[in-house]
Amino acid sequence: MKSPEFSYLKAQSLAEVFSALQTHGDTAQILAGGQSLLAMLNLRMANPKILIDISGLESLKGIQQTGDVVRIGALTTHYEVLSSSLVQKHVPLLAQAVPYVAHLAIRNKGTIGGSLALGDPAAEYPAVALALNATLVIQSASGERRVKAIDFFLSLYRTAVQAHEVLIAVEFPVATSNQRFVFSELARRKGDYAMVGMALAISLEGQTIRDASLAFMAMDDKPILAPHAMKAMVGQPINQQTIANAQKGLDADLHPAGDLLANAATKKHLSRVLLSRALMQAGATHV
Amino acid sequence: MNAPHELPLHAEGVATQENYVGQSVPRSGAKKLLEGRGTYLDDLRLPRLVHVVFFRSPHAHAVIKHLDLSQARKQPGVVAVFDGHEVAKFCTPWVGVLGHLKGIRSAPQFAIAPERACWQGEAVAAVVAQTRRQAEDALDHVMADWDLLPVVTDMEASLAGDVVIHPDLGDNKCFSRELITENFEAEFAKADVVVEKVYEFSRHTGVTNEPRGILADYNPAENLLTVYQGTQTPNMMQDIFSRHLGIPESNVRVICKDVGGSFGIKVHVYPDEMATAAISVMLKRPVKFSADRIESFLTDIHAREHKVKIKLACTHQGDIIAFDMNDLTGIGPYSVYPRTSGIEGNQVVNLTGGPYKHKHYKAKLDVVFTNKNVTCQYRAVGHPIAMAITEGIVDEAARKIGMDPAEFRRRNLIADDAYPYTFPSGVKFEKLSHHQCLDQLMTLMDYKGLRQEQADLRAQGISRGIGLAAMIEVTNPSPAFYGVGGARISAQDGATIRLDPAGMVNVLVSVTEQGQGTEAVFTQIAATAVGVKVENVRVITGDTAITPYGGGTWASRGAGIGGEAVLQAGKVLRKHILDVAAAILKVEAATLDLVNGVVVDKLSGQEQMPLSEVGRVAYFRPDTLPMNFQSELTVTRHYTPREYGFTFTNGIQASYVEVDTETGFVKLLKHWCVEDCGTIINPMLVDEQIRGGIVQGIGGAMFEECMYSEDGQLLNGSMADYLVPMAGEMPDMVIGHVQTPTKTSELGAKGAGEAGTAGAPGAVMNAINDALAPLNANVSVQPFTPQRVLAALGKI
Amino acid sequence: MSENCMHAQFTVNGETVDAQVPVRMHLVDYLRDELGLTGSHLGCEHGVCGACQVMVDGQVIRGCLTLAIQANGKQVQTIEGLTESRELQQLQAAFLEHNAFQCGFCSSGMLLTALEITKHHKQATREEIRELISGNYCRCTGYQAIVNAIESVLVKSSSESGVKV
Repeated sequence: MKSPEFSYLKAQSLAEVFSALQTHGDTAQILAGGQSLLAMLNLRMANPKILIDISGLESLKGIQQTGDVVRIGALTTHYEVLSSSLVQKHVPLLAQAVPYVAHLAIRNKGTIGGSLALGDPAAEYPAVALALNATLVIQSASGERRVKAIDFFLSLYRTAVQAHEVLIAVEFPVATSNQRFVFSELARRKGDYAMVGMALAISLEGQTIRDASLAFMAMDDKPILAPHAMKAMVGQPINQQTIANAQKGLDADLHPAGDLLANAATKKHLSRVLLSRALMQAGATHV
Repeated sequence: MNAPHELPLHAEGVATQENYVGQSVPRSGAKKLLEGRGTYLDDLRLPRLVHVVFFRSPHAHAVIKHLDLSQARKQPGVVAVFDGHEVAKFCTPWVGVLGHLKGIRSAPQFAIAPERACWQGEAVAAVVAQTRRQAEDALDHVMADWDLLPVVTDMEASLAGDVVIHPDLGDNKCFSRELITENFEAEFAKADVVVEKVYEFSRHTGVTNEPRGILADYNPAENLLTVYQGTQTPNMMQDIFSRHLGIPESNVRVICKDVGGSFGIKVHVYPDEMATAAISVMLKRPVKFSADRIESFLTDIHAREHKVKIKLACTHQGDIIAFDMNDLTGIGPYSVYPRTSGIEGNQVVNLTGGPYKHKHYKAKLDVVFTNKNVTCQYRAVGHPIAMAITEGIVDEAARKIGMDPAEFRRRNLIADDAYPYTFPSGVKFEKLSHHQCLDQLMTLMDYKGLRQEQADLRAQGISRGIGLAAMIEVTNPSPAFYGVGGARISAQDGATIRLDPAGMVNVLVSVTEQGQGTEAVFTQIAATAVGVKVENVRVITGDTAITPYGGGTWASRGAGIGGEAVLQAGKVLRKHILDVAAAILKVEAATLDLVNGVVVDKLSGQEQMPLSEVGRVAYFRPDTLPMNFQSELTVTRHYTPREYGFTFTNGIQASYVEVDTETGFVKLLKHWCVEDCGTIINPMLVDEQIRGGIVQGIGGAMFEECMYSEDGQLLNGSMADYLVPMAGEMPDMVIGHVQTPTKTSELGAKGAGEAGTAGAPGAVMNAINDALAPLNANVSVQPFTPQRVLAALGKI
Repeated sequence: MSENCMHAQFTVNGETVDAQVPVRMHLVDYLRDELGLTGSHLGCEHGVCGACQVMVDGQVIRGCLTLAIQANGKQVQTIEGLTESRELQQLQAAFLEHNAFQCGFCSSGMLLTALEITKHHKQATREEIRELISGNYCRCTGYQAIVNAIESVLVKSSSESGVKV
């Protein structure tokens, strides 16, 4: 299928982007890596009047660590995230997730900002951002605002980014030595969207789980936390009882609709299996 | 064992002609494909070329109440917009029936549906524009009003007939068949053990990497229609374009360039392709249709939607007495033309139980219409179902009587010395080698070792399974497949072989190439038969104006049938070359030989002249030859198999899997196949055909499923949602061979292209069930998704 | 025919293209239709099959998921150019030797992924090779011969450079 017609603007500055967004409203679409948007255009599933190509904006690129925060520019490609020693060292949950993202050629162009701004519930980054309660940095003509991940993903393909705004960066907390992270995903084939996936971040005090953050992919129309399961883990050691309690908590947390790959019962079952394996893995890496 | 050619008598130490038959020669002729220099359909451009796209029904069953094309006609770049009535004036409809499938029925099908759409995706209008994108833009301006009709998508509902798709036919039965051997009920009753199961197979499709395409170029000045098409059978299409467009047969030229995969998908007649050809005639200019992937999923033939109940009766000792099989299969709303959509089910009837020596068989087949996409022959036609249900129920029987499945098969496979053999369904086997193949497989896979490993790991809570699947495969078909039913489908093929003056040998063959290496195989046979080096042979296929008249590629016939024609033509050319050389040298031809492109003295091996010298004299200096001598350096031979309706091959496959019983995910650890396809011309190409076929079979077994809603909407018609096998999940495959050449040809080659696909689903299913057996779980619905495994385990 | 076009200047296989480019046209359509470079193929146009892969500024990307206009200022290399420059020579020879292709439709994309593997994943195991080519659809070969071919090049390169694999 061939894309419908649209206009194109290669933005030279953020100001230009905001001006164009002001002019065109929601008939404009931001083009970053294009790995999702251009597919939709080719399939005639999107029909924007104008594409605003932000891929040349250098200020949106790069990975820096400042204190206890790793800031990743929205235009950082998956390949760059994958090859970043900063990410490997300081945001291990993200490092675990990137290899699951699509395929080699897509990773060379797709961007973290694009993935987060799309907010596909079956994608990897949104769940990681939620589990780490990352900060999404959004900019508009009137300035910058910062939104925590928990407030960012609103509904299917709807995030806190409004029509006149651009997601410019995401900030992840630097991992501490008492934290354990497990990202896991079940997909039919390598690189596919998740059938079920989860991102787990716990902090340990001795043998006890002090904090737990657990986010799921492909279980709702957006990435979601599992507060009942999280509550069942806090203050507990990692053992079979805690795992069982956490799995039970998932019953209250997860109400998936089925999809083509798996019905609700399958997804719920798999979420329990993933959680159990993740906790055992987290426990096993306990020093 | 047949001698594929005569080796010359020679003195020791003297050079002999390279025998390329049996060598893994790389496909140098295909090197262009690695350099981006192939020519696939969409690569072609012609002056004044326009592009056609189709307005397709969004509904599975609806009458076209009103079609307004006026706005679409006004869109930028649009050259013409046609509806079904307009195209019908130039292209007559067809009915997909054949005489030898008794009672088969279908309704007339038009190039563009004039009144009613019967499946989602059926074309109801054509938009022609300067570019594809403009044509697609114009589609948005086609206005259609529909009267929705009731939809039937469920096979059983279709059989029950509450909603009849073609009222003129009375019900939805396309084809039915019943078969029962003598005294069946009495013999079946003698069984000590009866096992019974229902197996379901989800419809799936070919997903050729290169979508379908056609470029039709009608020249009114010559009344000549030239069609570029990735078809497997250019002569069949030539006949069909001729008859349905009203153009004399010899005024239709069908040309096949490089084809990006076919597997049967591109052997059928598609209405949108016929429409494209008609539109070229209507517009008197070249028109191209290149299906996009979404269209492919909606309209490329689907296949293999079956629900089969099968029973196996055996003795306590494990001797199979009988099979009883009942197959219900759902096709689209039309039987596909011209090969019919009854063949797949017919094969299931013919081949169930195939490897075994039981005498009693009962089978019933119902082929019903539904409002989903049409279905027809796809690689290994019917075999994946027949072999899966046979091998599945065999494993059930073995489990029931507590016998090792390899042992059970050993007991029941037709003996290697029992041939020729007529099977209860009536098919005749020339000579198979089931036991030799089983022996080799057991060694190749270290069956005993794997069983031990399985047991050891089971003790640690790891569920691995070993699955076997014996198989037979139809190859080298005679006219028994289609010709006898009245189809103008050729079961014979020809090769024209020619020496060029500079010494190159050119071979024109009527079999076609889709990547399997047909052309390479023919260079090897020709080089060996003539007496030249393989690099001095060039093969041309796929042009009805140039290549001999023949059947093309289907049912694994290329090497066996085309190869034999090449061999015979090559042998005669060799003789004629030596006749010329003898005339030049003024010696007896019997004293000469042609070795690796050089004419030599047969006994001494001494070089007499290069082939180029023979060419020079024959073509440019015949005045130097004896008065009554005429050089004949172009030879044509044809070949058709005669003694057997089909030349069957046999093989056996094994799958080794690990089932994660918590997630239902199955990991394919390894796969084996021992195959007997007779004389092997290029072992590497055969092995790769088998590997590719196995993975395609695994696709159907594990991943692929065309999912339709109840109202006939295809739910997963994109590469993101329809899961084809990718490299990350596929196992390494070990291939072994037994060679039992067929005596029906000198070459002795049987076919090999489909065997991998025939046996793989059965082997994988049996492996999964072998892993699940201790847990009292069993899967029987393909594809074996994690969800189905979990359901079998009672986890959901 | 008033198509929405914009000016772009870029190189393709070393040659400069300076043209008005239809804005909505993706890079592979431009290469195929406007420049006659038909070695990159369209198998799906939604980024899944990999038959469309080309190199832009030295990185392999899906050509159907890049607009031609986005090539402005960049260096594009296709299978034709990479053949000419001999960068793919070893891989092409290995693919031929192992019959790591049948119909050839996936080959240009597959070879580009293979090239990236030989550059950036020199130690890849068979399993890792499978993962790295998991975004390239092949219907004909069943993938094993492709893995064999790529593995053979990695092994050859490492033995030539004296590195143990």
